[in-house]
Amino acid sequence: MNRYWRLFLASDFLYRFHRDRVALVSFSLLLILVAVSFSAPLIAPFDPYDPSQIDIMDSETPPLWLEAGDQRFPLGTDAQGRDMLSTILYGTRISLTIGLFAVLLQSVLGITLGLIAGYLGGRIDAFLMRLADIQLSFSTLMVAIVVLALFQAAFGTELYNDLAIFMLIMVIGIAEWPQYARTVRASVLAEKKKEYVDAARVIGLGKRRIMFRHVLPNTLSPILVISTVQVANAIMSEAALSFLGLGMPVNKPSLGSLINSGFEFILSGSWWITAFPALVLVVLVLVTNLLGDWLRDVLNPKLYKE
Amino acid sequence: MALLEVKNLEVRFPLRQGELTALNDVSFTLNQGERLGIVGESGAGKSVAAFTILKLIGKPGYIAAGEVRFEGRDLARCSDREMQQIRGNRISMIFQDPMMTLNPVLTIGEQMVECLHAHQKIGAREAREIAVEKLRQVHIPSPEARLQQYPHELSGGMRQRVVIAIALLTHPAVIIADEPTTALDVTIQAEIMELLLELCEQENLALILITHDLGVVAQTTQRTIVMYAGHIVEEGPTSEIINNARHPYTQGLINALPERTRPGQRLNQIPGVMPPLTSIPSGCAFHPRCEHVLPICRSELPDYSVADGNRVACHYVAQRETTT
Repeated sequence: MNRYWRLFLASDFLYRFHRDRVALVSFSLLLILVAVSFSAPLIAPFDPYDPSQIDIMDSETPPLWLEAGDQRFPLGTDAQGRDMLSTILYGTRISLTIGLFAVLLQSVLGITLGLIAGYLGGRIDAFLMRLADIQLSFSTLMVAIVVLALFQAAFGTELYNDLAIFMLIMVIGIAEWPQYARTVRASVLAEKKKEYVDAARVIGLGKRRIMFRHVLPNTLSPILVISTVQVANAIMSEAALSFLGLGMPVNKPSLGSLINSGFEFILSGSWWITAFPALVLVVLVLVTNLLGDWLRDVLNPKLYKE
Repeated sequence: MALLEVKNLEVRFPLRQGELTALNDVSFTLNQGERLGIVGESGAGKSVAAFTILKLIGKPGYIAAGEVRFEGRDLARCSDREMQQIRGNRISMIFQDPMMTLNPVLTIGEQMVECLHAHQKIGAREAREIAVEKLRQVHIPSPEARLQQYPHELSGGMRQRVVIAIALLTHPAVIIADEPTTALDVTIQAEIMELLLELCEQENLALILITHDLGVVAQTTQRTIVMYAGHIVEEGPTSEIINNARHPYTQGLINALPERTRPGQRLNQIPGVMPPLTSIPSGCAFHPRCEHVLPICRSELPDYSVADGNRVACHYVAQRETTT
C-alpha cells in the first residue's frame, strides 16, 4: 500500500494538479461542500427535519446582514420558518447522495453493457446499441417525469415521499446508462484490437476474464471523465425534477425543492429562499464540471502537456 | 509419433469481394523437441497458420477443411472450452511486439499468476514461486522485484523475456513464436533467439518459429517450411533449404539476402509482388513471377515431389529432376 501511495505522490497526475489553479480551487470547493454537507447533522444549527425546532413565527426572516435579520438565522429562514443554512446543508447532502448513487447505478449498468456490446460485437452489440439509441431519443427528464408522475398517481404521494430518494436514484440511474455504454463501447472497440487481448486469449483466459480484468482497466480514463460530468448532470436532473415538484418532498428538501419552495416568494421580496440554494447548486455543478474538464485534459495523451 | 500434425488444412475468409483462401492444403508435422521454421513474405499465411493451430482465427475466417492433430485430438473440431484448456497450457504463443502483448495496467506478477490460475488449481504463494522461477529461467535479474513492476518499467528485451517466461509457465509442449525478434534491435534479437534455443533444449520444447528472416531460421531451426500465397511451396531440413533450395521462390528468397550481393552491387530481388489472396493466380500461384515458368504452371497446381526428406511443389523442378 505504501508503495502505491509513494507512486501516487510522485505521479504526473498529482504534479499537474498542484500546478493548476482552477483544479485546485474546484477540488477544494467540492471537498468543502461534500465535507460540510455530509457532516450536516453535526454542524447545522438546526435540524430542519424536526418540526419541534421550527417556529412558523420565524418565517421569511431575512439574512443576518439585512435589516430585521436574526442572529439565529445567518442566511434567513424560509416560508415555514426553517433556518436556510441548515436546510441548505441537509439539502446539499441529499442532492449529492442522489447524484453519486445515480451515477454509480448508471456506471454499473452502462459499463457492463458497453463492455459486452463492444467486446462480443455482432448481434448483441447491435441490439444493445439500438436500445441505447432508443433510450437516448427520450430525454432523461421526460422519462423521469413520466415514471415519477405515474408512480405518484399509482401509489399515492405518501409512499412516494418515503421512497423519493430511492426512486430518483433509480430513474436518473437507469435513464442515463447509454452515456456510459457508448463511451465504454467505443474504447473497448479500440482496445480489443490490441495485441495484449490476443495474448490473453492465447494464454487461455475466458471471455469474461479478459473483458473485466484486461480490457476494462484500460478504458478507465474516459470512464473517470464521464463520471464527473455525469455526477453534475445527475445533480441537475434531480434539481430540475424537484423544482417541478416531482423530486424530493418539501419536508425533506433537496437543493431543487428548496429553490422551488422559494420561487413563489421571490417577487414578494424573500429572494434569499431561492437565491442561496441556487447559488450552492450552481457552485456545486460548476466545480464538478470544471474538475471533469481538467481531468479530461490530463488523461488525454493526445493533448500536449506543458 | 508426431506431436502436432496438420493435415490438408484449408482456411477461408468470406469477404465482400468473395471468399479468399488464406491457407490452401497446408500439411506438416512437428515432433517433440523439434524446431520448425516457417518463412515467407508478408501475407503468405504464416501467422494465419499459427492462429489456426490455436483456433484463434480472426472473424470471419473459418477452417474449411483439414485437421490439426495434437496429443490425439483434432483441434479443428474442439469446442471453445476445450481450446481454452490447451491454449497457454499445452501450446503457448509469443508475439512480435512485447510492448503490445503485455497488458499495460497489470503488473508482471499479476499477469503471470493469472495465467497459472487459468490452468492450475494452486495457491497464490505457489503461483508466485513458479513465476519467480520462470523469470529466473529467462535470465531476468532480481525476479522478485519484477513481479511488482508494470510493463512500461521494463526495456523491450526484458519485456520479451517476460513474455517468454509467461509462455513457459505451464510447461507447454509447443511454443509458437510469431516473429519474436522483429520489434527488437539487433543485439537483443540475438540474445532472445539464444534464450529460446536454450529453453527449447532444457525443456524439450517443440518450437514453431515464424519469421521472414532466413538468417534466424538458419541458426535456430532443424526444418523449414516456405510458404507462398497460403500454400507450402517447399519443406525440408533447414540446411538443405538454405544451401540447396529447389523451388524457384525459395531460391529467389535466398538470393535476395543482402549477404549474397557484393558491396556496390544492386540487391537481387524477385520481380513482382505476392498476389493479394483475393486473386490468387490459377495453377501455381508463383507462376507470374517465376523465371522458369512452363505452360502447365498456369493451369495446374503442382504436386509435391519428394527427394531426400525435402518436398517441393513445382512443375519445373519435377520435370527437370525426372529428365536427369
